[in-house]
Amino acid sequence: MTLQMDLSHHQGDFHLQVVADLPAGVTGVFGPSGAGKSTLLEIVAGLRRPKQARITLDGKVLCDTAAGRWMPPHRRGIGYVFQDSRLFPHLSVTENLNFGRRHGRAPAHPSTCAEVIELLGLARLLDRSPGSLSGGERQRVAIARALLSAPRLLLLDEPCASLDLPRREELLGYLAAVCATSSVPMLYVSHSLPEIARLAHQLLLLENGQATACGPIHELLGRVDLPGLSRSDEAGTVLLVRSIGTAEAGLCSYEHAAGVLRLPGPLVPAGQTIRLLVKARDVSLAVGEPGQLSIRNRLAATVMEVGPPHAGLCEVLLDAGGDRLLTRVTMATVGELSLQSGRRVTALIKSASLGH
Amino acid sequence: MTIFTPDELTTIQLSLKVSAWATLVSLPPGIAVAWVLARREFPGKWLLDVLIHLPLVMPPVVTGYLLLMAFGRQGPLGIWLETTLGFTFAFNWTGAALACGIMGFPLLVRSVRLSIESVNRGLEQAANTLGANPAWVVVRVTLPLALPGILAGAVLCFAKALGEFGATITFVSNIPGLTQTLPGAIYNSIQLPEGEAAALRLTGVAIALSMGALLVSEWLTRRLRKREGQAR
Repeated sequence: MTLQMDLSHHQGDFHLQVVADLPAGVTGVFGPSGAGKSTLLEIVAGLRRPKQARITLDGKVLCDTAAGRWMPPHRRGIGYVFQDSRLFPHLSVTENLNFGRRHGRAPAHPSTCAEVIELLGLARLLDRSPGSLSGGERQRVAIARALLSAPRLLLLDEPCASLDLPRREELLGYLAAVCATSSVPMLYVSHSLPEIARLAHQLLLLENGQATACGPIHELLGRVDLPGLSRSDEAGTVLLVRSIGTAEAGLCSYEHAAGVLRLPGPLVPAGQTIRLLVKARDVSLAVGEPGQLSIRNRLAATVMEVGPPHAGLCEVLLDAGGDRLLTRVTMATVGELSLQSGRRVTALIKSASLGH
Repeated sequence: MTIFTPDELTTIQLSLKVSAWATLVSLPPGIAVAWVLARREFPGKWLLDVLIHLPLVMPPVVTGYLLLMAFGRQGPLGIWLETTLGFTFAFNWTGAALACGIMGFPLLVRSVRLSIESVNRGLEQAANTLGANPAWVVVRVTLPLALPGILAGAVLCFAKALGEFGATITFVSNIPGLTQTLPGAIYNSIQLPEGEAAALRLTGVAIALSMGALLVSEWLTRRLRKREGQAR
């Protein structure tokens, strides 16, 4: 699938302008609150009419204001998972799921239904009414309902936002399973970078209504020239590490080309690879052998790029064993350690800050 | 049922028939108009709103007189109906039902409109994104969720029809066994020298029917709320 958008939409003082070409897979839409993420999704789904736009999905025109063409939402075959789940309160869980099946593009095969119910752990909830479900359960039903309508594209608007932390983790687990098994392309809106880093392959960066970057998520995360991304609180890069399968004092060991990482969490079988979002603010730098320190995780790295300064801080991009690693340091550190491209350093990462 | 005379029984039956028909026939257009007023914007919407509400604020006699001019034996619509369909409202129970329906219509529309407006539009959007076309959304989402208001509106319309007097008597007169409903019969009894006992009996019936209608609607609404689960 490809979703091609070229749109310009005014609403009061707010101006949304997006030109993007999105391939199949999961695309994260990231930006601060008020950046226009939800408005963008509503326009793609056809729930909001843009002032000027040409949007096509797999070559089919969804909306072309210049040619006066507009496809109503029920013909687009675009599933939508809302932040507030929007289950039909007068229907049971099963009836909600069937609503998606019955009206969708192609009635989902019974075996597909069983798979989706299994995937989202809904077997025990089928006879319940939406009012009796917890927030996380409601979202799982909403995701299943959308999947069963056999969408060509699935839009998810901060599905985890209204949940508390443990429920959010649980739902993210289910979402990861959906992303891994489903072939449906998705747009996943969130203002949480770790969430997006965990689920998405592509990233669309929205700032103040403007799409400032769009591309493979690993590339964008490892750039110091995208303030909306690199200066956010949760900025960071993803490291792929392989479990060694040993645990010591509650810390599991993982190997990476630049060194060994020890992190808390359940023991992962040896040889399994996990994605680790390392936040820029959790990475410190040292030149030479750092000696006695509480920080156990040390990766040999080379400075690739020093970003522009902002408020006394700046981002430094490292090459750690072939992976990009972003770190945030003070300008004073840049001077003292004479950080510049090619400088060999040791990246120090606190175990306590790592989770996957 | 020995406490009622045969004439009184006929009146009660006729009242129920007229009110039931008035309500049933008003429901489909009432729901349609309420939906249009709740969910659509168009030029002249205020005019439709005013027209619907006129019977509520006009003297009932005026409504009845207008009906007489339009649907009476000499009225253009009345003549047309008589010649093409062989059907007449004039001095007929159907005319009473028409008058009652028109008087109850604004109450029905108001109640249904309020309940449609209170249906979360987000749910309608969700149904849209699942592939349901607008008509299906109305049938499967909007109306089921607005059902308590629709029932309440129907009961209001029914009660209004039971009590309708001015428009009915002006349009189709007060003919026992043909167009005389409870209020007309009560009024007639009061005019008679020894009619007070009959008036009292019929008054009791009117009170019982009105209360019965309210209780039924209350019960239905409560059952619906329960079925919808502890939905918020």
